[in-house]
Order: sequence, then C-alpha cells, then structure tokens
Amino acid sequence: MEHTRIKSSVGDRLFTSMIYALLSVFFLMVLYPLIFILSASISDPSAVVSGKVWLWPVQPTLMGYEAVFKHKLIGSGFANSVYYTVFGTLINIVMTVLAAYPLSRSDLYGKNVIMLLFVFTTMFSGGLIPGYLLVKDLGMLNTVWAMVLPGALSVWNVIITRTYFQTALPAELLEAAQIDGCNDFKFVGKIVIPLSGPIIAVMTLYYAVGHWNQYFNAMIFLNKQNLYPLQIVLRNILIQNDVNALMLSDIANVAQREALRVLLKYSLIVVSTLPLMLVYPFVQKHFVKGVMIGSLKG
Amino acid sequence: MYRPLERIFKVWQLYALLALPLLYLIVFKYVPMYGAQIAFKDFTVAKGIWDSDWVGLKHFDRFVHSYDFGKIMANTLLLNVYNLIAGFPFPLILALGLNYVRVRWFKKTVQMVTYAPHFISTVVMVGMLFELLDPRNGIVNNLLQAFGFEAVNFMGNPEYFKSIYVWSGIWQSAGFNCIIFLAALSSIDPSLHEAAVIDGASQRQRMLHIDLPGIVPVAVILLILNMGSMLDVGFEKVLLMQNPLNTRTSEVIDTYVYKVGLVSQAMNYSYSAAIGLFKSVIGFLLILAVNQLARKTNQASLW
Repeated sequence: MEHTRIKSSVGDRLFTSMIYALLSVFFLMVLYPLIFILSASISDPSAVVSGKVWLWPVQPTLMGYEAVFKHKLIGSGFANSVYYTVFGTLINIVMTVLAAYPLSRSDLYGKNVIMLLFVFTTMFSGGLIPGYLLVKDLGMLNTVWAMVLPGALSVWNVIITRTYFQTALPAELLEAAQIDGCNDFKFVGKIVIPLSGPIIAVMTLYYAVGHWNQYFNAMIFLNKQNLYPLQIVLRNILIQNDVNALMLSDIANVAQREALRVLLKYSLIVVSTLPLMLVYPFVQKHFVKGVMIGSLKG
Repeated sequence: MYRPLERIFKVWQLYALLALPLLYLIVFKYVPMYGAQIAFKDFTVAKGIWDSDWVGLKHFDRFVHSYDFGKIMANTLLLNVYNLIAGFPFPLILALGLNYVRVRWFKKTVQMVTYAPHFISTVVMVGMLFELLDPRNGIVNNLLQAFGFEAVNFMGNPEYFKSIYVWSGIWQSAGFNCIIFLAALSSIDPSLHEAAVIDGASQRQRMLHIDLPGIVPVAVILLILNMGSMLDVGFEKVLLMQNPLNTRTSEVIDTYVYKVGLVSQAMNYSYSAAIGLFKSVIGFLLILAVNQLARKTNQASLW
C-alpha cells in the first residue's frame, strides 16, 4: 500500500485538511439539530423546557411517545397518509409511463405539438382559485380523489422518464418486435415496463415522497377530520399548537402539562420523520440517479 | 410520403396510450386556465364561470392600487433574491469539497447526513423551527441566555422572517442540491487533472482552474432558470411560518391569493383569481425572457 501512494506536497496536505475541516463543520451543523430533536424527544419534559438538554438525552423517558400513540388523530392520519401515498403513486406511475413512452417515439406524428401542450402547463397555470373551483365543481371535495387526481402527473417526471426511454431502449428492439408482429400495446406491456425498473423506482420515490409530505391540497380540499392525512394533523399540533387538552388532563400541574406538550411535539417530529429517514439511506442512490437522468436533458 | 391522416393512423396505438394523460392535462390544467377568465368577471357561484358579468380589468386595477400591493411585490421579490444569492454558493462549495475527499466512509457519511433534511416535510420543518426558536423553551434561546444575552422572539419579529426562511432552506437543501454539481464534476475529463498534476499544479490550483470552470456553466444555467420562477416562493413554507406579527415582511403573492380567495369570509374568488393571473402572466414572461438568456449563455459557454 505504502509505495503506491503519491507523496503530496505540504501545501496540498494543508489544503486537504482545510477541505475536511470545512466539510466537517457543515456536516455537524446539519447533524446537530437532528440529534438534538432525537435527544429531546426521549428526555424528561422538565429538563427539555429548562434547557438542560443540549446534546444527549437527560433522564430518558418515553412519555412523549406514549402521548403520541394515545392521540387518536395521529393514528388515523398515518393510515390516511399511507392510503393516499400508495394509491396516488400508483396512479402517478401509470400516467407517467403512458405519457412518456409515446413521447419518446420519434414516429409519433405531432409530437412537438403534444410536447408543447405538456410543457406549457409548467410555465403557465390558471392559478389557485380556478383550480379549487374545478375540484369543487367535480364534486371531489372531501373525497380521496381530491388527494390523488389533481396531481396525477408531473410534467417534469414525464420528461425525465421520456429521456430514460430514449436512451435505454434501442430502436432495434422496437424494430425486431414489430417484425415479430408485436403491436405498441404489447410492446409497452411486455418490453418497455420490464426494462424500465430503475426509472420506475426513481419515479415511485419522487412521487411517494411528494404525497407523503404534501399538506396544502389536503388543507383546502378536505375538512373532515377522519380524512386528514398525517401532515394536517402535524400542522394542527406543531404549528397551530392545537394539543387536545383532554389528552393531557391527567396531569394536574400546569407547568408539567406545558412541558409534556413540548415533549409531545419533539416525539411527534421524530415519529413522523423517522419512517422516511430509515428508508432513505437504502434508496438514496435512486434519488441521485434521478437527478442525474434529469440533468441529461434538464 | 404519407399523408398526415395515414401517419396518425399508423401510430394510433400511441395516441391511445396518450389519451389518459392528455385528458388529465385538459381537465386539470387547461380547464382552470379557461376558468381564469373569472379574473375579468364578477364571479358568483349561482351564475357560474361563463354567465358571470364581465367587468374588464376592475380586479387588476384594484390590486395594483391596493395598499398591500407594493409590500407584497417587494416581499416576494426580496425573499426570492435573498434566497437565490444566499443559497447559491453552498451546494457549489460542498460539491467542490466532496469531490476531493478520498476517504470513502467520510464522503458517504457527509453525503448521507447532508442529503437527509431534504426529506423532511415542510410542516415538520416549520414545526422544528418553532420548537428550536421558541422564546421560552427553545434551545436557541436557552443557549443565548446561557451566554448572557436576552431571549429573542424570532418568529414574532418581522425583521427575522426572511433570514429564518432562507437559512433554514439552506440547511434543508444545500446537500441535496449539490448532487447536480457532483454529476457535473464527474463529467470533467480526468486527463485535465493528470496533465495539471504533471505540470506541478497544486490541489488548490486544480480546483480553481479545472473544477470551478467545469461547473460554473451548470451553476449559471441553474441560477438563470431559477430567476424565471422569481414570483414563486416556497409558498407552503411561507404560509406555515406566517403569524399576525410577521405578515409585514412575510406576505407574498401566493399567500395573499390564498387568504383573499379561500380564507376570507367574503369569497373574493374573482379578485383572488385576478391576483393569481397577474402572477402567472408575469411569471410566464419572466420564464420566456430567462430561457432566451439561458440559450445565449449556453452558446457563449460552448464556443
């Protein structure tokens, strides 16, 4: 090993250490809030509010998590979010492949016009109010459809997927299939989809994260508690400070109740973010791949 | 040569595949554009979009001359410019640095952790800000007080709103945004570096004269393209961060449209739609201008 290493100059070594130092500083600045929230969520509530927790947990307890899991709306919000995410992503993937494949074909007559029809919607929109009135007129308020249909397709993702099809599916494949009497429907079902695993994985991740983290559509289209996705429940508790008093009523002391309210918020942040954070390291490379494919023809 | 009709018929199955996506575009994108005409009408639910009475530019006139107009436009533009300028260098520096790291585990760990906040939802992000910056219980104020400073009500002070918005955004997305620069760096011809090493160039010189020029075109294109969406702010985040104390600096076009149209009891659909349309039209013109600019820059950097 030793003899293969090129001896670097003093200047270079100094420069390298500076780079490492800079990256470490940035790394710690990103990491610290994450660690702090995790530590606070499992610390004693009074230690949290009095500022005794600053890095590691103090007097560890799971009180915050107990309060989170006792909260009725958090459970139903979680279930709703899973439902909207799975159903919505399924629609997204079908629509994206249906749009991207024909647009990747050079023999599609009128391709430029159709492409313009797609791209124009990314540059100009009717706006919030006409969109809201449409969903209302279609009778989709307070239904799952309001959660999955208005964003059934993202034009950017169609463009990325189309680029992938253009580069990953050689023209010879189509020719050979056509000679064997394969029509376009069969070609999509039997050849395009089996060969597009990587791009479908990337798209599934993009769309699913979008659905999971989305709150605005739910806020304007839904007003029944039993339909609320997790993000709306989170907003009510974290942002609007709407912690059901009954839930904490078994604690007589006002100060303790206030402290538990703070602890509950930290625990809630962890509970709602942990699923993504646990899955993310395994799928990170797919996200990166998506950015790369997108940058080919950005 | 085929006639158009024959050429369409030849690929009818492709059109059949496109049918659903096109239907979606028409219903959910183009119908609202048609609906945007209520901006020129006095829309009432009873009369519907088509039968409401035309009022010309009344609503636009009201918006442009309203008391809030100057403030909203200034907030929207300032927030965007601040965000673009402050957010610009971080992904770039991160990518340049990561590109020189040879220790794999270090590189992987830094990437893993700095990309992670990208996946935190807007609601949780703002919730975190509220907790960490809380005037009584937040860690930031606890630390300030420990060092003998006064506690600061960060969210209640309009002076801090833009900075909190921008810097929390950098914390959340600088890591993820550096991916595209890493991609650009990996496409730089390694023979340039080999030649430079043989000529005795130091690492610093190679970074400044090979890597930086290699990714600046990408950065410039990105910056220009972002300027095209100058009127779009992270509306969902602004809305969540808003409170009655900071609206002076936090009210932007999109939050105003939302409040006037959907929150206020008056149901000002037409007025709100007019403001939305005003934004869409200016945004569209900006995108066209900026694309023109990007095309020119792109050519300049190619030749």
